[in-house]
Formats: sequence, C-alpha cells, structure tokens
Amino acid sequence: MNRRAFLAAASLPLLPSLARAQSPVTITGAGATFPRPVYERWGQAARAEGIQLNYQSIGSGGGINQITNRTVDFGATDAPRTEAQLREANLIQFPTVMGSVVLIVNLPGVADNALRLTPEVLTDIFLGRLTRWNDPRLVELNRGVSLPNLPVSPVYRADASGTTFVFTTYLSRVSETWRTGPGAATSIQWPVGNGQRGNEGIANAVRQTPGAIGYTENAYATVNRLVTTQLRNKAGNFITPTLPAFEAAARNADWTRPGFAADLVDLNGGDVWPIVSPTFILLPTNPTAERVEGSRATMRFFDWAFRNGADAARRLEYIPIPEAVQNAVRASWAQVRTPAGAAIWNA
Amino acid sequence: MSATAMHAAPARDEATARRLGRRRRLKDAAVRWLCLGATALGLVFLASILLTLLWRGLPSLDLLIFTRDFEPTTYGDDTLPRGGLRHAILGTLLQTAAATAIGTPIGLLVGTYLSEYARGSALGHAVRFVSDVLLSAPSILIGLFIYQLVVLPMGGFSGLAGILALAVIVIPVVVRTTEDMLSLIPNTLREAVVALGAPKWKMITLVAWRAALSGIVTGVLLAFARIAGETAPLLLTSFGNNILSGEVGKAMASLPIAIYQQANSGFPDLIAVAWTGALLVTLGVLLINIAARLLLRRKG
Amino acid sequence: MSATTMPAAPARRRISGTGDRIFEWLCRGAGLLVLALLGAIILTLFIGGLPAFREFGVQFLWSAEWNPVEGRERYGALVPVLGTVVTAVLAILFAVPVAFGIAFTLTELAPEWLRRPLGTAVELLAAIPSIIFGMWGLFVLVPLIQHHIQLPFGETLGALPLVGVLFESNNFAGTSILAASLVLAIMILPFIAATMRDVFDQVPPVFKESAYGLGATRWEVMTGVVVPYTRVSVVGGVMLGLGRALGETMAVTFVIGNANRLATSLFDPTNTIASVVAMEFPESLMGSLKQSSLLALGFLLFVISFLVLALSRWLLRPRLK
Repeated sequence: MNRRAFLAAASLPLLPSLARAQSPVTITGAGATFPRPVYERWGQAARAEGIQLNYQSIGSGGGINQITNRTVDFGATDAPRTEAQLREANLIQFPTVMGSVVLIVNLPGVADNALRLTPEVLTDIFLGRLTRWNDPRLVELNRGVSLPNLPVSPVYRADASGTTFVFTTYLSRVSETWRTGPGAATSIQWPVGNGQRGNEGIANAVRQTPGAIGYTENAYATVNRLVTTQLRNKAGNFITPTLPAFEAAARNADWTRPGFAADLVDLNGGDVWPIVSPTFILLPTNPTAERVEGSRATMRFFDWAFRNGADAARRLEYIPIPEAVQNAVRASWAQVRTPAGAAIWNA
Repeated sequence: MSATAMHAAPARDEATARRLGRRRRLKDAAVRWLCLGATALGLVFLASILLTLLWRGLPSLDLLIFTRDFEPTTYGDDTLPRGGLRHAILGTLLQTAAATAIGTPIGLLVGTYLSEYARGSALGHAVRFVSDVLLSAPSILIGLFIYQLVVLPMGGFSGLAGILALAVIVIPVVVRTTEDMLSLIPNTLREAVVALGAPKWKMITLVAWRAALSGIVTGVLLAFARIAGETAPLLLTSFGNNILSGEVGKAMASLPIAIYQQANSGFPDLIAVAWTGALLVTLGVLLINIAARLLLRRKG
Repeated sequence: MSATTMPAAPARRRISGTGDRIFEWLCRGAGLLVLALLGAIILTLFIGGLPAFREFGVQFLWSAEWNPVEGRERYGALVPVLGTVVTAVLAILFAVPVAFGIAFTLTELAPEWLRRPLGTAVELLAAIPSIIFGMWGLFVLVPLIQHHIQLPFGETLGALPLVGVLFESNNFAGTSILAASLVLAIMILPFIAATMRDVFDQVPPVFKESAYGLGATRWEVMTGVVVPYTRVSVVGGVMLGLGRALGETMAVTFVIGNANRLATSLFDPTNTIASVVAMEFPESLMGSLKQSSLLALGFLLFVISFLVLALSRWLLRPRLK
C-alpha cells in the first residue's frame, strides 16, 4: 500500500501512464444510481479477488453516454437499450440484479407502510392534480391514518435516470393521461415538483421536506430509514414493499427478450409489487487492445458477483438473477472479442 | 453640527431651524444605523458560512482524509473502511498547479504587452476589453468551450481538458494584475534603464518585472486560489474520478468535484466528508488570499 | 539624467534589436491569442448550438418546452433564460442596498483602524468558492426558508392582494427562485461593495470637505456629493455584479429546484442556463439534439453576459483610471 502510494505520488507530474500497480486490476464503470448500493458492496468484497471497482453513479443516461464513448469499462442502466441501439453502439447488455421502485414520503405522524396509494392517486399527485395530503380521496383510502394538512411536494429526478424510466413506464401503463402526456423516458418534462440529482438526491430532499413524496430504488429508502407506502397492484391488492413482494414479481420475468430486457412493471399476480425492474450492464463487444484487460476483469467481477453476491444483494433487498439466466448471460459474453477476434471470456 | 439648513429653505425662525436640523440629524442617524446593520449583515453571512464549515467539517477532519482515497458509504457495516479525499486533494493540486503554470506566462506576456507596448492603441484597448470579459465570463461556458475543443476529439473526459479550462480562467487574472502592477512603475525607472543602453526587452524582463514582482506573484496566487475552488468547468472537462490517478489523459479527481458528488450522495458519512473537503478548500483559498494581501502590503 | 559614462556598443544594439522584435512579437502574439480565445469561445458555442437553432428555428428563444422524451424531443430557451435573468435581477435588488450600506460604512462611518480589517473581511467573502455557497445554501438557507418563512407565513403571504401571487406556491421543498436569488445576492455583495468603496474613495476630498463645512450631515454628503459624482461608476459596479450573477453555476444548481418550468412565484423552482447545463450536459449524448440545445443555451448566456459586462466596463473605465 505504501509503495503504491509513493509510486502514485511520484508519477503525479503529468506522467501519461501511471505504473499499474502489481496487485488489483481496476475496472471503471458509470451509470445508474439504482444498483449503486449493491455494486459498491460487491466492489468492496471483490477486492479480495484482486479487482478494484471504481463506480461513478451519475445516472443511467450518463452511463450510456460514457460507455458509448468508451471512457469507462462498463456502463450501467436500468433503462434497457433496444436491439438496434445495442448493435449500433457495439454493446451487449446483461442484467445483474433486480430492484424495485418504491414511493417515499415525509408525513409527520404517518408510520412506515401505513399510507395506501392507488395508481390513480399516484398519477394525480405527479400530474399536480392532487395537492394536499388531507384531500378527500386520500382520506377515503386511508381510514385510520391521520393525514396532516400539508401540501403535496413531489420530487423527481432532474438527471437522466433509469429509475425515472421504470417509474414513468409504470405510470404510463396505469394512466392513459400520463402516457399521452409526460410519457415514459429516462428524462421527461415533469408537470410539478422539484428535481434532484440521483436516487440519493430524492432521498435527501424527501427527508428534508414535510409533505414531500418521491420515487427511489428500495435500498435508498431502507438505508436512509425513510417511510415507504403501500401501492395497489393490478390484482387490486394493497402491497407492502418487502422482499417477498419483489420476488413474486421477479418470478414472472421473461428473460427471452433481446438484451435480457425482462419487463416486470405492473404484472398480474396477487402479491406482486407493481414496480420492479432488472438493472443492466452494457459492455462493448469490440474493446480496444488497452481495454481488453478491463473487459476481462469486468466479466470476472460480475461472474464472481453472480456466484457470491446473492447474500449481499438480498440483504439490501435486491433480487438476484436466477441461475439459468446467469448461465445465459455467461454464454452471451462470448460476443466480447479482442481486436484479433478471440473471445475474451474464458479465452 | 450647526443648525444651518443646507438644502431646505432658509428657516424663518430659530425654532423651525432647530426642528429641521433635528430631522436631518435623525435621518442621518437612522441611515447610519441601517448602514452599520448592512455591514453587520454581511459579516453575519461570512460568519455563518465559516461557522457552518467548521461545525460540519471538523468532525470528519482527521488523518484519514489525507491518506485515504474514496470509499463507498460504510452505512450498515462499521467494519468497512472510511474513505478520504487524498485522490481529490492531489488531483486538485496537480490540475491547479499545471493550469497556473500554463496560464501565468501567457497572462504575463499579455499584461506586459498592454502596459509596455500598447498603451492607448486600438489593439491594446481591444485586448484589455476582451481580457476583462474573460475575467468575469461564466466559468461553465469555459467548460463548454473546452468540452467541444478537447473532450469531444479525445473521446472522453480528461485531466488535460480540466487543466486547459482552468488555464483559460487564470490568464485574465494574471493579465489584470500584471498590467496594473507594471503601470505603477514610474517611467523614470524605465527611462533610466534604457538610457544605460539596455534593450527594451531586457528593461522589461530584468527590471520592470522584477520591480513589479510582488504584485505579479500576488496575482498568480489569487489566480491559483480562484481556480482551486472552481467546480463548473471541471464538471464538463475532467469530470472526477474515485481513484488516485496522475494520468492526464483520463478523467481526474478534484476537490470541488468530490465535494459536489459526495454532498449529493445522500449518505450522511459521505456528506460529512464533503463538508470536510469544503472546509479544506475554503481554508486553503482564504489562506492564499491573506498571504497574497500581506505580500502586496509589505512591498507596496 | 546625469551623464553616465557607458561604452557605446553599436554591435550589441543590432542584436538587441532582434531581441526586442522577438519579445515584442511574443507579447503581441499573446495579446492576439487572448482575442482569438474569445472568438473561439463564441464560435464554438455557436457552432455547437447550430443544430438546435436549425431544428427549432427562432422559436427556440421563446419556447417554454423542455421535453427530452425520445421521439418527442422539443427544447426551448425561455425557462432557463427567464430563470437566469430573474434570479440575477432579484439578486441585484437584494444586494445593492446592503452593498451600499457596507461601502458607506467602509468609507465614512467606520473608524480608521477598523476600515482595513472590515474591508478584508468583505473581500474574503468574495474569495469563498461558489460550491461552498451552494452547500451552505442547500443545508442552511433552504431549511431556513422552508421552516421559518414558507411553512409559517406562506399561506398568509399568498393571501395578500396584488403581491400575493408572488408567494403562492405548492412547492415546499425550499429550493426555489427565492433561495437562488438570496444565495446569489450574498455572493455578489462583496464585489459590488468593493467596487463602490473604491469608487467612493476617489471622490476628491475637497468636495466632501466643503460640504461638511456648510454643515451637511454624513448622509447628505453621501447623497448630495459622493453619489452624484460617482453615479456612473456605481452603476458600472452594479452591472459587474449583475454579470457575475448571470453566470453563477454551482451556488444556483444546489438551491434552485431544477424544474424546467416557468416559475410564477418566488417559492417556485425553476432553472437557470447555468444550472440546466451543469445538471444535464455531462450525461447528454455527444452530438445529440439535447447537447446541441444546451450549447445553444450556453451561447445565449455568453451573449447576455457579454453585453452586461461590456456595458459595465464602459461605465467604469474612464472614471476609475
């Protein structure tokens, strides 16, 4: 450690290539904030395997941008790319975990998972049509919960976000008004509310503002100890956002779509949480010679995570990818080739 | 203060004169209190910022900040190592020093041009005007400019782009101080040197620059302090990095960017580190400013 | 000049002629480089923004849309431009009276021994990096606005006749035009105060002394002598502060609320050109319409700042020197 630090410091005056330390290989990734907590946990554990992960959570849009420009080893996004987009950018896409989008609120006096929301009410909140927490519609839904007389302050993602993509896909499915209005994308024109950067920013803003409601990946709610809400699913049941409900959705995933883009939003099923999504890694199929090592190490890292990271993922309430799919993913890695044309994985 | 009314119509009698005088004095006193209040307000803001920095930044200020690079949040697991800002501090020092090294000579030459060659010429006016515009131009636009010029062709963010963006900000600062300092030197000195047979360029480099040295150095220090705290241009050029790296061809960490990213991270321990970084940057910048001022006062 | 015995060296003079020429061209070249730099910046921003201008036409300037959804992309400059101008103007409104008070204190009211430390304290405020203001704004000022102004008084303020609409908002997150303007005001305060102080100090003492001799109060000297004499330069200093406020990025991005919508109330969130570029540029795809629109916004900001700064310089220059 000391020698590395000295080497690093000595090479500071503009030496173009730092003498790569003998020990860990560093892989750099950028993108979604959705899976950041689990990637970082995996990253810490993988140090023992000789892999150092440098992950910049800048949002799915940023991740797509950076991997398209090949400035990182891999990109991370929750918004899956289409087959055409992947082909054009020479990327392959594979899932790593599944996570869920939950609603977090800051309502004094309202306990965790006590508030009930329906798709209609949720859409109206983000359309700006429902502006006070003691609105009769909410009171009707929540007999037994004393709702404070506060204005509703929606919080959304100001950066291009896969979490936004998942959430707005859900809203577009449950509301025609939303579908033809703001629509579903990583970044939209929000009718009301405040914008924040990252899942972390939403969590922060909700924590600081009484009456705020925001959408985040579940781990951020847990980690920040924020109050989440129930949501009524397609079957008509009010579901609490817990691991069993997420797993119920995950069980119905169809992984045969191109790019493994399983759609887990607003599924049928009695105990299913309606807003679940896989999160994806984008990897170049044609890394340059200097990036081959990084590509190999990236695949090693995720292979290790598939085999050993399930516990850490579950502890953070992400759902691991089923083993059959993991094998399919590894098979797809054969497309990643060196400039000479040899497959990098198991090469 | 005598009771003679200055603006008002001449008083008809003693009583009116005294009353008008009292009103003026009251107005004067009222305004005086308002202005003192305004000054106090300004000082309150300064104090609030400094106190907030100290209050939030000191708790996490320890040796780890200087010896550790970025680590993700330790939330939920206290056995995990706490991260530091070493990568950011060194990245900032590298980029700031390199930018100053590039921008200072250019600024020095331009300031010399304005003071020694172009006093009153049209080109001189133009250059001075442009330099002043660049001085106050929004730094994010400098970032956009370097993005188009350097980042796009290179295909990605890099420390080099960050250095160039900062250098563009350094130039007008050095131009302004160099020109001001050189213009303070009396012409008699210049004439004396030239009369001794020295060529103009030697007069400038060996005599004028030396005479204005403390002022020029002050300018360089102020430029250094200014770019050390710049975030916006770096956001679009060197972008930030979580690991210690001296490679200018790749994205590079810097203290302001690290503060920005960690302050927005949502995790309390990372936010605390961000505050410590903010404290370090502010202390550094303030110390350099004070040192520059003392230097100027001693020589000038 | 006394006669110095200096051996004439004509040979040396010829070589030094070359040295002089080289050095002069070096200096002039540096000057031209600075000119070229400005030209390059303007050109780069304009060329980068051209696709957006071509796609949306002149409507880009007054369209309030900002829709990044693929297939329906439409971008317009109205929201960021308006946000930039409004926050800057409000910042000036807040800052100028306070700056004036500080300048007055520094030049007239404060005792001699206090003037320099006070002046230094004000200038140190100017040296603090803008990201610090952003963090302070987000973690200190915004909760202050939320909990001590908006939540207790928001409803009553909103109910006021005429001006009520300025305060009526359902945004209670605290990040708003008001927060951004206040932070900007504090940031430009020292610049305006320092410029005013420098300019006030240049009033010939004889003018002030004659006024005092006639029995004028300090305030009357200020309004009757100093301000009329320095009026043009004061406006120039204010414009300089305005120029800085227009371009400020980090302080604003933290506290303005990042909403691409027109704000109708002081408590509404919105965006400035600088904040929308800072937030959305790093993640925009190279060569995309969004990136081009952001560059076009950058070009607009440059034009606006350039005009304000040019005006400020024109007002300041002749008097100061």
